[in-house]
Amino acid sequence: MANSEPDAADTGVRVEDRDTPRQPWLLAAEDQPPLRRALVLEVTTRAVFPTVLLLSVHLLFAGHYHLGGGFAGGLVAGLAFVLRYAVAGSGELSAAVRVRPLALTGVGLGIVTVVALLPAAFGAPVLASGKATLHTPWGSEVALSSNLALDIGVYLLILGAVLDLLRTLGAGVRTWEEEE
Amino acid sequence: MTGLLVAIPPLLPLLAAGLALLVSRIRHAQRVISGVALGAVLVDAAVLLAVVDSQGAVVLRLGGYQPPAGITLVADRLSALMLLVSAVVTLVVMLYALGQRVTDHGRTATTSFHPVYLVLSAGVMLAYLTGDLFTLFVAFELMLTASYVLITRDVTADRVRAAMTYVITGLTSTLLLITLIALVYAATGTVNLADLGEKLAGVDPELRGALSLLFLTVIGIKAAIVPLHFWLPDSYPIAPAPITAVFAGLLTKVGVYALIRVQTAVFAHQDVWHVLLVAALITMLLGALGAVAQDDVNRMLSFLLVSHIGFMLFGLGLFSKAGLTGTILYALHHITVQAGLFLVLGLVARHTGATSLRRMPGGMARQRPWLAVLFAIGAVNLAGLPPLSGFLAKVTLLRGGAASDTEMGVVLAGAAVVTSFVTLYALARVWVIAFWGTGREGPPDADRSGGELSPVMTTACAVLIGAGVAMAAFAAPLSAVADRAATHVLDVTSYRSAVLGGEP
Amino acid sequence: MPINLTLVVALAVLYGAGFYLLMQRSLMRVLLGIVLVGHGANLFLQAAGGPAGEPAKAGKGLDAVSDPLPQAMALTAIVITFAVTALLLALAYRSSVLLNDDEVQDDVEDRRLRQAPESEDEPASVISLREGDQ
Repeated sequence: MANSEPDAADTGVRVEDRDTPRQPWLLAAEDQPPLRRALVLEVTTRAVFPTVLLLSVHLLFAGHYHLGGGFAGGLVAGLAFVLRYAVAGSGELSAAVRVRPLALTGVGLGIVTVVALLPAAFGAPVLASGKATLHTPWGSEVALSSNLALDIGVYLLILGAVLDLLRTLGAGVRTWEEEE
Repeated sequence: MTGLLVAIPPLLPLLAAGLALLVSRIRHAQRVISGVALGAVLVDAAVLLAVVDSQGAVVLRLGGYQPPAGITLVADRLSALMLLVSAVVTLVVMLYALGQRVTDHGRTATTSFHPVYLVLSAGVMLAYLTGDLFTLFVAFELMLTASYVLITRDVTADRVRAAMTYVITGLTSTLLLITLIALVYAATGTVNLADLGEKLAGVDPELRGALSLLFLTVIGIKAAIVPLHFWLPDSYPIAPAPITAVFAGLLTKVGVYALIRVQTAVFAHQDVWHVLLVAALITMLLGALGAVAQDDVNRMLSFLLVSHIGFMLFGLGLFSKAGLTGTILYALHHITVQAGLFLVLGLVARHTGATSLRRMPGGMARQRPWLAVLFAIGAVNLAGLPPLSGFLAKVTLLRGGAASDTEMGVVLAGAAVVTSFVTLYALARVWVIAFWGTGREGPPDADRSGGELSPVMTTACAVLIGAGVAMAAFAAPLSAVADRAATHVLDVTSYRSAVLGGEP
Repeated sequence: MPINLTLVVALAVLYGAGFYLLMQRSLMRVLLGIVLVGHGANLFLQAAGGPAGEPAKAGKGLDAVSDPLPQAMALTAIVITFAVTALLLALAYRSSVLLNDDEVQDDVEDRRLRQAPESEDEPASVISLREGDQ
């Protein structure tokens, strides 16, 4: 029910066309000029964004034995944000991600190195991995590997890097160009 | 626990880089983190050298995989020596950068310096420790990517081209290195250095020679061997002084280290390698002559850097114990003195606001006597006058050349002496014009504002220049360690058995 | 190890075209050259691993398993070249904004030295950045 009735706040001064969405499908899409907005894109993004994030988490966990891994997961998660950036601009990105992207990268890098060094504390070689099987109360088994922690670190690192790339190359270059 | 000693130099700076990114809002915390991390690496490197020198090579198998599978980190005396000196330089240059706040060329200090600098250090350390060709590639990339960021940060219009040249040249050598790895892998099916040495022995000698030459080309770009040096004097001077210092001190020497390691452990040259000697000859002479022609002090010093790479190639090309000892001593000496001189000239540029000799106001010896003393010691050391570390290294090299029983060795020894004199001349020109000359006053460079010379920066210069003096003071033990290091590097079988054999 | 002719031809074309582009004066072409050679290098790593089922490593025949090592190496190499190409693109963009063209010029200081007057008292002529080669 996107455009059932005209927006009350909108007095008709703004130039709009039929395609311009009237409901807040995305966080900062309203900052864009109305003619640039597209209803189909915004609604699709609203629907697809969580799905892509979910897929990225699946890739992260599947990584040890199947296709995927921290790197692929991180890139896919990054792509989800690329989609939002492409649809609603850099304002959307800063509204969606409140932490600094580089802090994410920092956390990821920290996790990766700590996980790499941790086995040394137990007398195992650096970067050695361990496996454990978890028996859940409902009778299934979950295979856990210490590599998962490494993968999570990589996931965060890559996600942070993609977000920072979007920020600096997308928004950064533009603002910098305006300053010139 | 010796394995941990090997793991710390590359991993701790990475961890610190992560933390520094995390706290990038708090400048003070960033400084403390990188200071502590690089200080810890320095201590670790010193302990590692002591352990390796008494117990032999330390091998760390990441994840516990038995080589040739998996990634292996190996520390022998050569790696440990290079690691120690590099740790000193990274720490000292970081202190200098803190004093300067990296604001040359009118750039403001940004929060990205510390993380990137730490990643650069991690790459350098990893390159010294790696036991396989592919990890060497990763280490180079870690180091070079960080250096791309450092050199291109906020570049101005007249410098952006040189920065591009640097990045494109670096990337081209990287792609060639990947090609080499593919070729080596296709020929042998392994990338582990020790394993490669064994497998390549069974490969067609022509193919082996071609691979060896391709590796020389790749490293020739990275270590600025003439005629592949063209990018270096164009691009290094555009960075702020501490960054140029760390590039000049470490990046090219990592290339030289890789060349030593791979040409001995993998390609196992037994006799004098004439190609390398010719390259060394051209590098020495052309670099020194290029330095004399320069007007900008940083470019002059960059050409001297190129020229002195030739000395290290000279010792390596002989493939004798005496020659290699000379190369190792020369690399250790050159890392400290070259970085030190760049830092001193950074202070000179900061004081006078000029890097061009034409526009030096002169008379700095009266205004900054300490700076003059530091420059004089550094210059004399680089030229190789007794009694400093440069003399020690050069004498060892010349002795190796004379003992090689080939005409090339003698020719190169002569060329080395000539190069030393030209070096002295080039540095004396700076000494006379910048420190004693009187007012060729011109407009100072707009973006090199004459800033304050903080005591931290002068101390940092003094430490690096003093390191050269200290090396001369401890010449006997240092030469003994370098000699043992060279013996071990040339003794390929012991390297192989240390990496491949033994308990998992 | 038998070599796939298609791969070899593809490699030759990628490397040849890439290095040809690297020699150009236009920055955009240089960049494309880097990208092409990068693809060539990664393909080369794949070719080095041999076809599936025949690991390049002698004496370790695993049935119908392709050698994972070149793939791991190619993945790492792709990541690295991707990152550096992105950096280079940003830099090219910045330089084209700063200088309004994308032609790679000779180094300024080199040109200044070449034109420097013999007498050291005269200041070297100021060379504009956009000055041509001759």
